[in-house]
Amino acid sequence: MKYQSQLVAKPYFIAAIGLFLGQILFGLIMGLQYVVGDFLFPEIPFNVARMVHTNLLIVWLLFGFMGAAYYLIPEEAERELHSPKLAMAMFWIFLAAGVATILGYLLVPYATLAEWTGNDLLATMGREFLEQPLPTKVGIVVVALAMLYNLSMTVLRGRKTAINLVMLVGLWGLAIFFLFSFYNPNNLVKDKYFWWWVVHLWVEGVWELIMGAMLAFVLIKVTGVDREVIEKWLYVIIAMALITGLIGTGHHYYWIGAPEYWQWWGSVFSALEPIPFFMMTVFAFSMVNRRRREHPNKAAVLWALGTGVMAFLGAGVWGFLHTLAPVNYFTHGSQITAAHGHLAFYGAYVMVVITMISYTMPLMRGRAANSPLAQTVEMWSFWLMTVSMMFITLFLTAAGILQIWLQRISDQPMSFMAAQDQVALFYWMREYAGLVFLSGLLLYISSFFIKGKAATAD
Amino acid sequence: MSSAFTKSAARNIFYGGAVFFFLLLIALTFDTMGQLPKRDNRENLSESVIRGKHIWETRNCIGCHTLMGEGAYFAPELVNVYTRRGPDFIKAWIQGQPTGAPGRRQMPNFNLTEEQLDDMVNFFKYTSEINTANWPPNIEG
Repeated sequence: MKYQSQLVAKPYFIAAIGLFLGQILFGLIMGLQYVVGDFLFPEIPFNVARMVHTNLLIVWLLFGFMGAAYYLIPEEAERELHSPKLAMAMFWIFLAAGVATILGYLLVPYATLAEWTGNDLLATMGREFLEQPLPTKVGIVVVALAMLYNLSMTVLRGRKTAINLVMLVGLWGLAIFFLFSFYNPNNLVKDKYFWWWVVHLWVEGVWELIMGAMLAFVLIKVTGVDREVIEKWLYVIIAMALITGLIGTGHHYYWIGAPEYWQWWGSVFSALEPIPFFMMTVFAFSMVNRRRREHPNKAAVLWALGTGVMAFLGAGVWGFLHTLAPVNYFTHGSQITAAHGHLAFYGAYVMVVITMISYTMPLMRGRAANSPLAQTVEMWSFWLMTVSMMFITLFLTAAGILQIWLQRISDQPMSFMAAQDQVALFYWMREYAGLVFLSGLLLYISSFFIKGKAATAD
Repeated sequence: MSSAFTKSAARNIFYGGAVFFFLLLIALTFDTMGQLPKRDNRENLSESVIRGKHIWETRNCIGCHTLMGEGAYFAPELVNVYTRRGPDFIKAWIQGQPTGAPGRRQMPNFNLTEEQLDDMVNFFKYTSEINTANWPPNIEG
């Protein structure tokens, strides 16, 4: 750590991990409700648990991205952050808004929450992932703009590198596309069409820029490979991400009332979307193979390699699995979608944030790397979480195939609930795998509290 | 990657590619908006349907159900529920929740008025008439 102001990243990362734990606990509640339908009803109905689960994911990943930006941008720009005080103020505002929103979901009926928060003035609530009340949405915009001002000023007056420019472009894109969350036309087709301009253009667009910048930053640090090489890779990867991903939006437009030519545009371009993710895998491994130093933080290197592989599997392979229109006709809105969502978010965004945390936290705590024991525990948590998420994905995929067969393909199609009963076994196995994931996460958190002499490069 | 392919070449591909394909997305979007009137059933977007959509949103129905395949996968697809179940069943079902059957998935009761129930039915009638390229594959959704 070269600049004192990089320390503002620390509370962001701590909040991210805390909310991550909350996300997983609510995931387990939902997983159980899939098989024990009345579990916690009416205290926490499934829809409430799901809002908490998905919104916590979004909020903690945003905390992770912001923390990463506050850490890497000063270091890349070679100057202190423009205003550490503003960054800390935004931290508390974002945390308060996030916690208040989650408590609102849990304690107040959603319709009442909508009434209290001005949803009748400007109706934006009740759409998947964009369930936040209006004040929260405005808060997200304010926090994002204050952060962008802070970071842009830092970069403008400092060194401009590919990494900090790409990070900045990604974060600006994140803020700009979020503005579509305020557009909610009465026409359901238009509503859905532009809803994807937030959701798809985030996760299959600008977030990939943020991910690429974070991964490139850590790889430079832990491998010592020449910046020119790494930044060239970064540009090629994100170029492919946007070239395929922008028109790839079309894979969401097959069955929502949009013209049918989207079946061609969406299929062709989204079939290419695995390419940037595959390049990320190759990128991570070839940089580590060509390393010019042995970094003492082996756990961070493991996370960096892991995110390369798992992002390709989750976003690339599991995305391709159901992206072609003739396949998607049957898989759309089934457990296949859920399987892909879990592995893609974990492999790409969860793991890249943890990569960044794993690399920076020891530095912010005054050492190059954690003790060997702490690293061993962290690497165990890597394997527990990664393998169990792989199994969650496989069980959901099995459930999805069976569900599609029973409900949509067989000669005597079953009703939705009848088909759900038939696949319950896979839901149980998914829940057990989820418990393993939780144990991995608890182990991960415990690794921060393991003391001992810092590891050195051997 | 070979040294003949420079970082600035890569950067130009990124900026050029991003701008080109974003403009292409905007062009296709304009074309789509032009074609939607033939497909999106907007002529039946009555005041009641609009109120129904608002009820759909403020009760967070998407938190359990899918609508045109989007949403949560915990409860049945509803884009075609009007054709699958009919208006009377839909109203009775919403009013009859929760079933309280032990171990079964439960839907909250939203205490909707008779008018609101009609708005929901009208909303589902409107969604069932949107041209979704023959999706879902069968009546079960």
